[in-house]
Amino acid sequence: MKYLSEYRNPELVARYLEEIKKTVTQPWTIMEVCGGQTHSLVKNGILDLLPKDITMVHGPGCPVCVTPLALIDKAIKLALENQVILCSYGDMLRVPGSEKSLLEAKAEGADIRILYSPLEAVKIAQENPDREVVFFAVGFETTAPANALSVLHAERLQLKNYSILASHVLVPPAISALMSDPDTVVQGFLAAGHVCTIMGLEEYYPLAEQYNVPIVVTGFEPVDLLQGILMVVQQLEKGQTLLQNQYSRMVSEEGNPNAKEVIEQVFERTDRMWRGMSVIPQSGYKVRENFREFDANEKYSIWTVDTPEHAECIAGDIMKGLKKPVQCSQFGKKCKPSNPLGAPMVSSEGACAAYYHYSGQTELVETT
Amino acid sequence: MCLAIPGKIKSIETQMNGLVRMAKVQFGGIYKEASLEMVPKAKKGDYVLVHVGVAISIVNEEEARKTFEYLKEAGELDELEPASIDQLKDK
Repeated sequence: MKYLSEYRNPELVARYLEEIKKTVTQPWTIMEVCGGQTHSLVKNGILDLLPKDITMVHGPGCPVCVTPLALIDKAIKLALENQVILCSYGDMLRVPGSEKSLLEAKAEGADIRILYSPLEAVKIAQENPDREVVFFAVGFETTAPANALSVLHAERLQLKNYSILASHVLVPPAISALMSDPDTVVQGFLAAGHVCTIMGLEEYYPLAEQYNVPIVVTGFEPVDLLQGILMVVQQLEKGQTLLQNQYSRMVSEEGNPNAKEVIEQVFERTDRMWRGMSVIPQSGYKVRENFREFDANEKYSIWTVDTPEHAECIAGDIMKGLKKPVQCSQFGKKCKPSNPLGAPMVSSEGACAAYYHYSGQTELVETT
Repeated sequence: MCLAIPGKIKSIETQMNGLVRMAKVQFGGIYKEASLEMVPKAKKGDYVLVHVGVAISIVNEEEARKTFEYLKEAGELDELEPASIDQLKDK
């Protein structure tokens, strides 16, 4: 349990909490879509401070968590069998594929490198003209410009040995899928701040209207999250279903037009399988036909077999907000960050790992 | 993974025959290269929000400082210095 004085701006935190308590008259369930926000809510003990009537459920916004097993298997095969230099963001390394993780493939001799940026992978391709280099391009809209830009850089440099294994996912179609589910419990959303720094607000107005649900674009710091929750609660109590922007200091109405243009140039929308959920129509990006030489999916024919998820893993229900990590029979038992049965236990932004690492706080929440 | 971190542009160089503007960006004691292609108006001394090696918006100095201090205190700067393979194995 955190003390209020530990926050960067304790007076403001206290004020928002007080406002939330004053505003709430009945139970509400609110989802934060973004894994970074889940991480911040749990780590900063905000769940403990909220009134009992407010239930926060944790959405599918962890790109590592929703990357399908089959794609991880593909990356592993590329590294082990095709012997490419496989570059990746660090978060993907320990995610178990159907047989092993990239980290285990590395131990078997695969050339796997953790990078800060896909632009570094382009440099590696430039420096190793006799080797094939593949970047494992996972991420939401925030990460898409960098991954797309790496393709443009490779094109400008006329590289023939660089490609990306794209597994991009998009927030608005996930909100649609969640709200179209007849079992949904979600009554309001915090939308992801930095996703909207890129994309702007345009796509969110129709969602709020169509599904009659308040959506507040929100930042990552405790004060941002509490203000975002307050804005959602105020709307819910008044029966409003508006799109609002809590994070206007970083998110403009139109987003970043240059970034959107680069994304548009390299990627097109496609149906995408979300691990633990299902195929969501038009919910991801794939590399456009005119850049196919930079698309690892086109460049290499790789066969992978669909492997079912671990029978006891309830990741899907957690990401839909139907269950909390601690309701899983294997949470903290068979399933731990050192031996994850499902992806939300792997990434620090996965709901299960966040609960596991800061479980002292979550036990308190669950027992109140 | 969608966290972007604010830093200060210390220098700018053009690459690929002038096509690409790359900046050296300072995040506290850490320096990283970042592309300025999404923020064409950014200049030396400006603060930018950077995600995986690409600046995605220009931010004012005060906001940049506050956000960076928060991220530092909260231990959320791992993205800038990803763990090595060996560190991951030890986890």
